[in-house]
Amino acid sequence: MKVGYYPGCSLSGTGKEYDLSIRKVLEKLDVELAELNDWSCCGATSAHATNHFLSIGLSSLNLFQAQKQNLEELFAPCAACYNRMVVAKDELGKGTETAKKISALNNGESTAKVNIINIIQLFEKAGLENISAKTKMNLKGIKAACYYGCLLVRPFSITKFDDAEQPVAMEKIISAVGAEPVDWNYKVECCGGAHSIAHKEIVVDLSKKIIDDAVKHGANVIIVACPMCHSNLDMRQRAMKDTAAIPVLYLSEFVGLALGIDSKELGMNLHFTSTEPILEKVLVKE
Amino acid sequence: MRIGVFVCQCGENIGRTVDCPAVAEAAGRFPGVAYSVEYKYMCSDPGQNLIKNMIKEKNLDAIVVGSCSPHMHEKTFRKAALDAGVNPFLCEIANLREHCSWVHEDIVDATKKAIDLVRIAVEKVKKNTPLTPIRVPVTKRSLVIGGGISGIQAALDIANAGFECVLVEKEPSIGGHMSQLSETFPTLDCSQCILTPRMVEVYQHPKIKLLTYSEVENVEGFIGNFKVTIRKKARSIDESKCTGCGLCVQKCPIKKKAYNEFEENLAHRPAVYVPFPQAVPNIPVIDRTVCTYYQTGKCQMCVKVCGREAIFFEQQDEMITEEVGSIVVATGYKLYSIDKKPEESEIKGYGEYGYGKYKDVIDGLQFERIASASGPTSGEILRPSDNKVPKKIVFIQCVGSRDESKGFSYCSKICCMYTAKHAMLYKHKVHDGEAYVFYMDIRAGGKGYDEFVRRAIEEDHVKYIRGRVSRIYEEDGKYIVRGEDTIAGKPITIDADLVVLATAMIAQPNAVKLAQTIGMSYDKYGFYNEAHPKLRPVEVSTAGVFLAGACQSPKDIPESVAMASAAASKSLVLFGSDFLEREPTVAKVNESVCAGCFYCQKVCAYNAIEKKEIKDRKGNLVKVIAYVNSGLCQGFGTCNAVCPSKSVELIGFNDEQIYAEINAL
Amino acid sequence: MEEEKFEPKIAAFVCNWCTYTGADLAGTSRLKYPTNVKMIRVPCTGRIDPVFIIKAFEKGADGVLISGCHPNDCHYNTGNFHARRRWILFRQLLNFVGIDSTRLHFSWVSASEGKKFVDVVTEVINKVKEQGKFKKYEKINKEFAIHE
Repeated sequence: MKVGYYPGCSLSGTGKEYDLSIRKVLEKLDVELAELNDWSCCGATSAHATNHFLSIGLSSLNLFQAQKQNLEELFAPCAACYNRMVVAKDELGKGTETAKKISALNNGESTAKVNIINIIQLFEKAGLENISAKTKMNLKGIKAACYYGCLLVRPFSITKFDDAEQPVAMEKIISAVGAEPVDWNYKVECCGGAHSIAHKEIVVDLSKKIIDDAVKHGANVIIVACPMCHSNLDMRQRAMKDTAAIPVLYLSEFVGLALGIDSKELGMNLHFTSTEPILEKVLVKE
Repeated sequence: MRIGVFVCQCGENIGRTVDCPAVAEAAGRFPGVAYSVEYKYMCSDPGQNLIKNMIKEKNLDAIVVGSCSPHMHEKTFRKAALDAGVNPFLCEIANLREHCSWVHEDIVDATKKAIDLVRIAVEKVKKNTPLTPIRVPVTKRSLVIGGGISGIQAALDIANAGFECVLVEKEPSIGGHMSQLSETFPTLDCSQCILTPRMVEVYQHPKIKLLTYSEVENVEGFIGNFKVTIRKKARSIDESKCTGCGLCVQKCPIKKKAYNEFEENLAHRPAVYVPFPQAVPNIPVIDRTVCTYYQTGKCQMCVKVCGREAIFFEQQDEMITEEVGSIVVATGYKLYSIDKKPEESEIKGYGEYGYGKYKDVIDGLQFERIASASGPTSGEILRPSDNKVPKKIVFIQCVGSRDESKGFSYCSKICCMYTAKHAMLYKHKVHDGEAYVFYMDIRAGGKGYDEFVRRAIEEDHVKYIRGRVSRIYEEDGKYIVRGEDTIAGKPITIDADLVVLATAMIAQPNAVKLAQTIGMSYDKYGFYNEAHPKLRPVEVSTAGVFLAGACQSPKDIPESVAMASAAASKSLVLFGSDFLEREPTVAKVNESVCAGCFYCQKVCAYNAIEKKEIKDRKGNLVKVIAYVNSGLCQGFGTCNAVCPSKSVELIGFNDEQIYAEINAL
Repeated sequence: MEEEKFEPKIAAFVCNWCTYTGADLAGTSRLKYPTNVKMIRVPCTGRIDPVFIIKAFEKGADGVLISGCHPNDCHYNTGNFHARRRWILFRQLLNFVGIDSTRLHFSWVSASEGKKFVDVVTEVINKVKEQGKFKKYEKINKEFAIHE
């Protein structure tokens, strides 16, 4: 299987281990990644907050590029990139004024046919049975709290992915590799997002609630699918008072562990909060 | 043809701007006009007598009256014509007042136009043919579909007037949603106490034929002459033998397999069951999906205990045909429900409220059962998960109602009231408890309604918070309700023990199917459309079919009962005469030209076009052509316009008549 | 000179329940409009055969107005929808037949819209006045000497 790959800016910076683990895991799952040529910013955060035209236009550039490369599927691992792209595709499809303006600037190109997928959908495409069959390690003792955040499942009318309030798609992957997902309350709450830079205290407060709820429901690891969420939940743990340290793993890292990939190759040594407690629970299958 | 033209001055109303003598004079010269005259008030007795006398004297066989709008006096002048021996359909009106004298100022122009209008009418009347009103016999029986409070009321009213009535209910017992309610607003009297006597009255009424556990399968015919096919579902109990002793119900070993529908799935029921103790008729039903006998052929405990040999495993569904003259549709509503079985839950848009996930997030009808003295908790307010008394309870209004993005845009109307009632009942039973209500607006229009809500707030200290709830989640056995207090402008969090969602009233799941069976129109939500929103609120566009209760739109009990009585009286109006007279301006098929394309059938809104086989003398089929059922035809003529061979004509407005008018323009 | 005196003939096909009653209301309210329009009452706009319109033009109408109940208000539920669908198609055919389709006007006027009726009629009359007399059929009638 071959899919287009749009890493986005985070995956060469704060989310480097996300990129590392994705490449390693997909190699094992026989998924070939074709990186988008000359990709540009997806239009998230600053553009999204200040300029609607840019936030749609930047993503549209990438969608048109994917078209040029004849990609049927474009994989965006970052939830923000994924969200921007599906929204841009939707707006192009609706032919709004913004879409017309964008089209005029791109030699009349006006439609995006490429199917944009997030990491959960990519694993679903690779096949849960396939992943299950390739699982080398025993993750029985691991209780994972799957954290979706806000961008992966919303707005539901556009993403049309899983359920906006009670999503379960990630849990199915966790179960497929033999770990136990926990039922908890904060899986779609906001982590504070980009306020991390300007209003650290907000992010610490919001992220603490998420971590506390996960711990309270017996989780010993939090699984995420977004570099922004990861940095907030992982990095900001140090600033939280009276909060038990809990490893925060990317979904790809977790699947990688199950497939028997070395934790360092997955970049797990790059985390702020130690991943040792979880590594101890990864046992060799008998 | 000898046509008489009568020009009315209408005092000065026409005469001031139209030179009436000139009009009469000009009309007198039209070909075919034998006599013309003008008069001050044609509609007055002397005026009508003038018409009658002249018809006789001048031997007229058609008349044109130049007067006010036909909507005013067409009937008057047609009757005058009839009295003088001219068929009323050979009388045409030229509208010289509303369409001429009143809207124009220049007397020369207006007179010219008046002459034109009279000429058009003269040309039309030349093409008119004598018609006689259609007479249709009336079957003086009624069918009432739905045995809730609306259906019960309608059936009783019709039966008490002395006419037979067939009451069809799909559940094993009549009573509907009202029988599930604990108390009713705004008086807090016990719902079953006021309903049960009515149910018994229905059962004992000699004029009411009660068919429970039955559904309407097919409706044929038209006003006064409906033929209805009803499926009487197999109860697996011989009704003629059962005494309703209830031994089979007590002894049935299948206790936990099926949810009790009457208790809104808050309890279980056996495989053989009576929906509730006061059920009418008090005859059990065997649920074949859970009964051991139907799965394995064994058990037969009920057979062993029944002293009357009333258990009838082999019973089949029975088809019953009833002939009725009117139909009252009172199929009621369904609550947009939070099912105990989440996969069956309809509430898809409210995942943030934890539907189906949390046992203590319930809907309004479930709370009714919890508050009901005959309910699963015997009236004690206990929450479903652990049977503890909830000390803090949150009610959320408008779940699904007034919510275009997730639910329905309409207001369910009764939720404001029943939520106030629920909160009150709770406070009356749990004195130290706290009750919160999240609302958008309080809509308490009705006699004593707003006072009732004020009482909940002021006397029972229910805390009303204006705002929506964004999320509910469980934490340590509490339900954390997060919402917004829009008056304080602050987010608010309440750790509740029980949450009650006032979910929307929606149409019955099979409402559309029934509408198509009967030929009723419905809105996009599946509620039935009335014929006119103001002046014909209980009729539907199909003649002889009337609406009662919440099948038309969300309604409370008094409104439903009033509507049911109205629907009943509409039926009784119909039964007041032996024959129905209808305007003969209906469509007719020219059988020799019709090619049987049935395009007319596709455009007919009343299913009035039927197929008719034409056979030769030997009985061989020659062709299949269209046939108009004049009982159903309402005469709007779209069939005539679309017919490629012009073999359907709308009598009174046929092509020839309209071409005559166009030619005279 | 002749242009100035031109008074167009407008044929209006109106439904009995909405527009005819709306025109009655215009009368009851004593609103004023020019005398150029004459109405032909049909039970429903669904009854109007496209040929009626061509016939009206043939018989010397300079403009035709069709008006019925608003969508969803039809006395017969669906008649006006059938009519609407028919006109969408028919408009295109009209040009093909040789009749300027801008001389054909549609509107929805309810029984309570006496004022709207007056506005619509006045507008149609003014528009047709601008367009001038409809001469095509006159020519054909002369050439082929059609006699009734």
